[in-house]
Amino acid sequence: MEAIQPKVAEPVSETSLVHAAKAGDIGAFEELVKRYDRNVFRIAQHITQNREDAEDVVQDAFLKAYQNLANFQEQSKFYTWLVRIAVNEALMRLRRRRPERMVSLDEDIKTEEDSMPREVADWAPNPEQLYSQGELKEILGKTIQGLPPSFRTVFVLRDVEGLSTEETADALDLSIPAVKSRLLRARLQLRERLNKYFKNRSGGDGKP
Amino acid sequence: MTCSDFLKELTDYLDDSMDAQTRAELEDHLQWCHNCYVICNTTKMTIEIYRDSQLYELPDDLRSRLRSAILSKCECHKSQNGEAVKPSEAPLPKQTR
Repeated sequence: MEAIQPKVAEPVSETSLVHAAKAGDIGAFEELVKRYDRNVFRIAQHITQNREDAEDVVQDAFLKAYQNLANFQEQSKFYTWLVRIAVNEALMRLRRRRPERMVSLDEDIKTEEDSMPREVADWAPNPEQLYSQGELKEILGKTIQGLPPSFRTVFVLRDVEGLSTEETADALDLSIPAVKSRLLRARLQLRERLNKYFKNRSGGDGKP
Repeated sequence: MTCSDFLKELTDYLDDSMDAQTRAELEDHLQWCHNCYVICNTTKMTIEIYRDSQLYELPDDLRSRLRSAILSKCECHKSQNGEAVKPSEAPLPKQTR
C-alpha cells in the first residue's frame, strides 16, 4: 500500500496512531513511520547534504521519537515534533562533519545585502524543461547546498515540505520573524543562483 | 512604495499572508516596476521548481531497509522496557517555544 503523505486526507488520524503507539501498539508506530519516513529523509538529506548521514538521521529520529513517545505532550502535531527531533539529529551530524564551521540555526548571516537581487533577468517560460530530470536535480542540489544550513533548513520545511510559518518556528525553536527573514533570504539567494541556468536566452539553445 | 519596501514584503506576498490594502499597494508597484515583477515571478518559479523537483526521494529498497531497521530497534526497546512505552530519561528537544 502506498504511504500516506501529510497533506492527503488520512483514514486513521495521527492522534489515534500516537495514542495506540503510546499504549504499546508497534503497528501503529509503523504506520507513523510509513507516513513520514520520506519527509524525514528529504529534510535530513537537505540539511546534511550526505546520503549516509540522512539514512542515520531517519533511523535515529524515529527511534528517539519511539523511545520518548510517553514524553510527547501533544501540544504540537506529532509530525512537527518528529521534524524537530530530525532537524536536531541532522544538525548534530553536520557539526561532526564540519567541526571547523559553527553550524547553528541561530546564526544570522551577514547583512541584508547578501540577499539583495544583483541580476534581474526574466527566465524561460518553463525553465525546468531546459534540462533532463537528472541535470535538473544536480543543478537544484548544488544550488541549495550553497546556502547556509539555517537558510536551507527553513526553506525546506516551509517551501518543500509545506509546513506553516508557525509550525516551522515551532520545529526549529525560532521566532516567527526569524523564520520569515531566513525564508525571504533563502528564496532570494536561490533565485539569484538559479539565474544562470534558467534565464531567457532568445536565439540560443537555452543552456549556458 | 520603493523596490526595497516591496522586497521586504515579498515573502508574505507570495504566501498570501497579508491584508488586502498592503496587497493592493504591492500589486500597484508591480504594475509599473518591471524589475520587481521579474524578481517576484522568478522567486515564485524557484519555489515551485524545488517543490516539484522530487529531489532526494527515498528509493523503495532503501525505504524498506530503513523501516525494518527502525522497527527492530523499536521492538528491542519495547522488550527491554515492558509492554507500554515508558518515559525515557534521554533529553529531548523542547516541545514549545
